[in-house]
Amino acid sequence: MQRTHYLIVGASHAALSALHAIRLHDPEQEVTLLTRDDSLPYSPTVLPYVVSGRSDPGRVFLRDENYFAEHKVNYLRGAKVRKVNAGANAVELADGSAIGFDKLLLATGAAPLLPAIPGLAGLKYHVLRTLADALALRAALPRVKHAVVLGGGLIGMHAAENLAKGGVAVSVVELQPHVLSGYFDAEASAIIESVFAAKGVRLLTGASVASVEAQGAGCRATLADGTVLDADLLLVATGVAPVTDFLEGSGVATERGVLVDEHMRTNVANIWAAGDVAQARGFFTDSRIINGILPDAVDQGRIAGMAMAEDPGSKTYAGGVPLNTYSFFGEQAVSVGVHEGALDPSGVEVKKQVDAADKRYLKIVLKDRRLAGIFGVNSAFDPGIMWELILRSIDLGDEKLAFLRSPQDTARALMSRNWR
Amino acid sequence: MGAAYETIHFKAELCDGCNDCMTACAQAKARSEDHLQSRIQIVPFGEGFELAICRQCGDPECVLNCPAAALSKNAGNGVIAWDGSKCVNCLLCTVGCAYGGIAYDAAAGHVVKCDMCVGDPACVKVCTTGALKHVKTARIYNEVGDLEDLFAPGLSGCQGCNTELIMRHTLRRIGPDVVVATPPGCIPGMGSVGYNGLTGTKVPVFHPLLTNTASMLAGVRRHYKRMGRDVMAVALAGDGGTADVGFQSLSGAAERGEEILYVCVDNEGYMNTGMQRSGCTPYGAWTSTTPVGERAHGKTQDAKNLPLLMVMHNCAYVATASTAFMQDLYDKLERAIEAAKTGFAYLHIYSPCTTGWRFPSDQNIEVARKAVETNFVLLWEFNPGDGLRLTHPAENARPIDEYLEVLGKYRHLDPDQVAHIERTLANNLARVQGFAAAKGTAAAVAGRD
Repeated sequence: MQRTHYLIVGASHAALSALHAIRLHDPEQEVTLLTRDDSLPYSPTVLPYVVSGRSDPGRVFLRDENYFAEHKVNYLRGAKVRKVNAGANAVELADGSAIGFDKLLLATGAAPLLPAIPGLAGLKYHVLRTLADALALRAALPRVKHAVVLGGGLIGMHAAENLAKGGVAVSVVELQPHVLSGYFDAEASAIIESVFAAKGVRLLTGASVASVEAQGAGCRATLADGTVLDADLLLVATGVAPVTDFLEGSGVATERGVLVDEHMRTNVANIWAAGDVAQARGFFTDSRIINGILPDAVDQGRIAGMAMAEDPGSKTYAGGVPLNTYSFFGEQAVSVGVHEGALDPSGVEVKKQVDAADKRYLKIVLKDRRLAGIFGVNSAFDPGIMWELILRSIDLGDEKLAFLRSPQDTARALMSRNWR
Repeated sequence: MGAAYETIHFKAELCDGCNDCMTACAQAKARSEDHLQSRIQIVPFGEGFELAICRQCGDPECVLNCPAAALSKNAGNGVIAWDGSKCVNCLLCTVGCAYGGIAYDAAAGHVVKCDMCVGDPACVKVCTTGALKHVKTARIYNEVGDLEDLFAPGLSGCQGCNTELIMRHTLRRIGPDVVVATPPGCIPGMGSVGYNGLTGTKVPVFHPLLTNTASMLAGVRRHYKRMGRDVMAVALAGDGGTADVGFQSLSGAAERGEEILYVCVDNEGYMNTGMQRSGCTPYGAWTSTTPVGERAHGKTQDAKNLPLLMVMHNCAYVATASTAFMQDLYDKLERAIEAAKTGFAYLHIYSPCTTGWRFPSDQNIEVARKAVETNFVLLWEFNPGDGLRLTHPAENARPIDEYLEVLGKYRHLDPDQVAHIERTLANNLARVQGFAAAKGTAAAVAGRD
């Protein structure tokens, strides 16, 4: 059986960040990186742009062979893990071979969550999680005139925008009362929705699909309210969930994701998890959450990598802060932290400025004079600085009013004062 | 071994908020006057100003956060480069950066960041207050780091002493074709001439008398020249051996224009023999021979200004330097080495003495920095053609107390003594500025043989 000191399963942001952290401290011991894909590492986040043609699929790779050679990394493609055997310190691959490890990182990410819609199972539909998915969707586009997108989250909205730009008539079906409800409130979403509507995208919010069926070469979706949508392309983007079934019987504890502590370590001493597969403590909540966003995957990966390499500078995880950035039709939306509804109301202050006509929105949520959330549409601020202000729980003190008036400049000054 | 990189340094206390840097950046990068398009952002805060700019991080989070491989750190110059043909405008880089160093530029329609203007930052060039500085010290590491260290490992200097740094850097830069003289003092004391029949250097080294360093080197250089070999003659000497005991031979060699590089490491006294005063010990300083007690309060005379004395010898090159300003030191070292091929070059390097000056051993470079920033030490260089030139601005000097209070040897000073020191410094400055104002003449060059 092949053996390796560090075994990393997965090859996206969390895995690459962990690898980077390991190699900063331990340049020598053997590292093996497994990916089920047949390609160099890439990010799921870039896939909508591969579909639209903005990104050349040959130029999206995050590392090249030179990087792996220089860093003495054994990069194995097409290696899907079927089973983890914690007791034997080994993983079993789909082809039946096994790889032994001293330390294992699970950075296997998430997979599309398929809704239980009658008729879906027997139908031809698209998802968007792998490069192969993106290429298949891109190949299908020239023949598409009408598309239905299930899900008004980031993937669904990105895909809808790119389909619309390609001249496709798109309908988005979202269960929640407004799109992107994970990040924006109704007013911010309304601005986003108005931009999509102006571009001819039909958004059906607060709507659910009762059934889907084949209709010629395409499909027909019937909504709960009886609306009928015919399309020659169906994209299912109703969210993603960690893939943990390969851990059954492994001894690694899971809930919705793989449960980890503040060093991203699982209940098994030599197994860590990071990124979309991990369920770790939230910054605003005591319970463990899945914070499936790219910057957090980078963060978690680094923490796991440092812990695995026994780097004395090892850091602990401060807790997941929900955040995201979203560009659509040349407009920008940014979300950092939580809305007031997620907080104990005492000491909470909210300032909101909305100019729907000008497509501008800014909301700031403070808790005990500390930043808890900031949300903007076409409002300039530095999300990275805001994230750090939240993580450091910086008391705005005398700068509170200045911050509410001019968050970008005040936050930059606070950054320069506090961690420059 | 990784490379070191140039950087833009910001001193908030010197910034007056003129915003010329933002104008220059917007013009250079966007042909615009709009400060929103500047990649350097000065923000007013309270009474002062703060800065947001890309740090060109060593371990950049923006690069790790980019899903499209559009950001990468250039291993050659350290600049984090943005590739517009790969960027998908997702803005996730702006989440990764905790410094506001990469931000969406609405006019440009994509994220923008500082690219150091390919090694010549436009913002720094227009900063008149000194708040922004283009620090190029990395060059020393990159260019000199690979040169052979010509001293043996394990010299036994006092903890925190910068003399070992001076010795190693100097010889590294000079290279192996050299004969080194180390007259009695800390430098041979820490093992450069060796123990038990082995030298502490990897090049020929000898231990002259305190009195004859320069004359012996003159002979060594002439000898090799006659044999047709280009071997440098270098002295690594202390201030006592240079200013007092060795001054007669030094003065003679300088006057004759001997082709020598004479490096004086000035720690303001005879430190290795028990911290006795020298001609370079400043007024008021405690030494073992200028004690502090009921009647005595340290040295009662001012230090002689040895580097100015060497200027009056019309040497091919004279400069003062400090290990707190290594870029400046290196520039001068290079010019001194060049000058010593045809004439006498004299380099006077200040060396705070952790043992004899009474300060914590981790503070050497800070003490050296304070000495310069308070004008206790003036950094300048001279050659007969161009005259004297200050290489560190003497305006806006910090109060002298900031320097005196960190040194135990000045702990006893009374206000009259401090006033005396202030007068001395003012006189020194006026004198040096006087030399700086009087340009060198071609005649001075022609006057040398």
